[in-house]
Amino acid sequence: MSDRNEMFEKLAKVIQDHKEQKGALMPVLQEAQNIFGCVSEDVQKVIAEGLGVTLSEVYGVATFYSQFSLQPKGEYVCGVCLGTACYVKGSQAVLDKLCEELEIQPGDTTKDGKFTVQATRCLGACGLAPVMMINDDVFGRLTPAEIPSILEKYKAM
Amino acid sequence: MDLYRAHVLVCGGTGCTSSGSNELIKRFEEQIAKHGLDKEVKVVRTGCFGLCEAGPVVIVYPEGTFYSRIKVEDVDTIVAEHLLKGRIAQHLVYKEKEEHEDAHLSLDDIDFYRDQRRVALRNCGVIDPENIDEYIAFDGYQALAKVLTEMSPEDVINEMIKSGLRGRGGGGFPTGTKWKFAAASKADQKYIICNADEGDPGAFMDRSILEGDPHSVIEAMAIGGYAIGASEGYVYVRAEYPIAVKRLQLAIDQAREYGLLGKNIFGTGFDFDMYIRLGAGAFVCGEETALMRSIEGKRGEPTPKPPFPAVRGLFDKPSNINNVETYANIPQIILKGADWFTSIGTEKSPGTKVFALGGKINNTGLVEVPMGTPLRDIIYKIGGGIPGGKAFKAVQTGGPSGGCIPADLLDTPIEYDTLTAIGSMMGSGGMIVMDEDNCMVDIARFFLDFTVDESCGKCTPCRIGTKRMLEILERITEGKGEEGDIEKLEALATNIKSTALCGLGQTAPNPVLSTLKYFRSEYEAHIKEKRCPAHHCQKLLNYEITDKCRGCTACARVCPVNAITGNVKEMHTIDTTKCIKCGSCMEKCRFGAIVKN
Repeated sequence: MSDRNEMFEKLAKVIQDHKEQKGALMPVLQEAQNIFGCVSEDVQKVIAEGLGVTLSEVYGVATFYSQFSLQPKGEYVCGVCLGTACYVKGSQAVLDKLCEELEIQPGDTTKDGKFTVQATRCLGACGLAPVMMINDDVFGRLTPAEIPSILEKYKAM
Repeated sequence: MDLYRAHVLVCGGTGCTSSGSNELIKRFEEQIAKHGLDKEVKVVRTGCFGLCEAGPVVIVYPEGTFYSRIKVEDVDTIVAEHLLKGRIAQHLVYKEKEEHEDAHLSLDDIDFYRDQRRVALRNCGVIDPENIDEYIAFDGYQALAKVLTEMSPEDVINEMIKSGLRGRGGGGFPTGTKWKFAAASKADQKYIICNADEGDPGAFMDRSILEGDPHSVIEAMAIGGYAIGASEGYVYVRAEYPIAVKRLQLAIDQAREYGLLGKNIFGTGFDFDMYIRLGAGAFVCGEETALMRSIEGKRGEPTPKPPFPAVRGLFDKPSNINNVETYANIPQIILKGADWFTSIGTEKSPGTKVFALGGKINNTGLVEVPMGTPLRDIIYKIGGGIPGGKAFKAVQTGGPSGGCIPADLLDTPIEYDTLTAIGSMMGSGGMIVMDEDNCMVDIARFFLDFTVDESCGKCTPCRIGTKRMLEILERITEGKGEEGDIEKLEALATNIKSTALCGLGQTAPNPVLSTLKYFRSEYEAHIKEKRCPAHHCQKLLNYEITDKCRGCTACARVCPVNAITGNVKEMHTIDTTKCIKCGSCMEKCRFGAIVKN
């Protein structure tokens, strides 16, 4: 678990850097999520102690915003845009196909920890609708039929 | 400064970056160096050109040649032909219609751009947003200099009031008046805030401004800070906009380095600095009081008004908050004067408005038009109409707070007040076009689903009321609608509108009310006849095999519930009592023999 110790060291530095700042909790949670991949309870406790706020306050903020995750996500996070422009161009069918192929529901992670499926808010790439992102890769003008071959590439990685 | 004989402008907005413009830039630089042209030709990564549909977009100056949907391998051709030999690569030039074979279109010849008037987007797609010198060369920071050296804070506020600029985030509150209130509050510390939490699905103008012209926002916030007496500013940006955040931070750093932010700006004794705060995926944070709670590091829940932010806002200090596009207009107003600004647009809504055109439309992208332009011009002249020969059904404006506007109201001039009068609203400027295949009940359900998910839960009308509305809409789209559902929806909508705490709840019923007003017959068809006129709602569809069937058995084999029967080379039939309406058979049929009703 030396990796995790390293992560907590990083977190301690982040807390130190932000401690004097007004409204530090959000930026600290954001950086913690970058470091750990999620903000689990032990991480929240450290943040609460470090910033001198209650754990309930940290938990309240962490659960309010959809970008903070309490559980780790899969290696590849597949986000299908369900913004209006993508929706009217059929992104629901793309999301359904993705869930069918991976046999999970939106918001869930596959048992092997490889894929997480999410319905995301507008990504602002409306010109490419319907759009899906897998980590930082963008796939535009999608049809459900393209999903299996796209997933194959990531399964092989 | 180096002079170049040609400039290659490559769009670095999110849309074009997603379709590979970074690779194009790399390739251009390689190829230009390979041909020894690197002292003659400069490659610039700009902000959004607007015509995202044609992305990735490349413009070559001095000719102004507009290349569209460029692939990496096309770059070699453009460099070898256009830049080396001076011959435009005709086959790669943007064509409006197929028949324009040989057209050499430059920006001003294109229908998409001809009727636009760029004020807020003036520098987007023109300058390199990562280089402050380019902004300065286009009169950047002159307005700030003018304000600090020639005008008193009262002068600035009066000029803003005279210009009639209204909040571009959607509410349309007069900016000058807002500044006047904040200026009138006495305090040791005040704040000026930029709302860049652009949450409306299908709206991306604020992101494009931050990506394409971040200094215009910084300059305007400094001007606002001077006017109201604030020395600190915050920009609250969606975390989903990584490119915008990066360029804005870079711009802030450069402005600090040039002394345009910090202490004693232009030697006038005025101090102003600003910081970025990231959102974390909560739509309600676009509401001003919720946004300020979020900057404070708290849950982004709205608080009742009064007290208004101008009296008690961020960290309990008087604060002024405006939207990105509002700020982007301000330096121009200061430089060219309020009279210039009021000469554009209409009497009640001066200036221009940026819209994000999306959905079932040929030219998806960002457009900026004078206020008062009819919707029809935006959709047909600039947007190029509906693809695939389909019929226009509605245009949705104002996101989850707005409504759907039907075909017979397309001649409505776009202004804050006219849009509100027909049951929609300006909103931040998303404009989603829908055609005959889109079901309006399902669209209403879609928006309610969004609001239910994004409701912060603080007040009951929004938390429970919108949930009840969604449940009714789900029933209707599943074929379980009952007599009286429409009346229940209307009663709930009226109550929520009048009792919810913040703008999110107060406007959440609008998508339902506007579709009920203009597309009531679609609701009735769903409820009374269990039929979806747009053939969209899966559970209300009936699949049928027509006499085009050749008896290939493909459909029978793919059907997951064995609802299709028939002998080889004979027409097949679907048992509608078994059919689960998954549509697999229709997808599989090679003869177009399966239809849905």
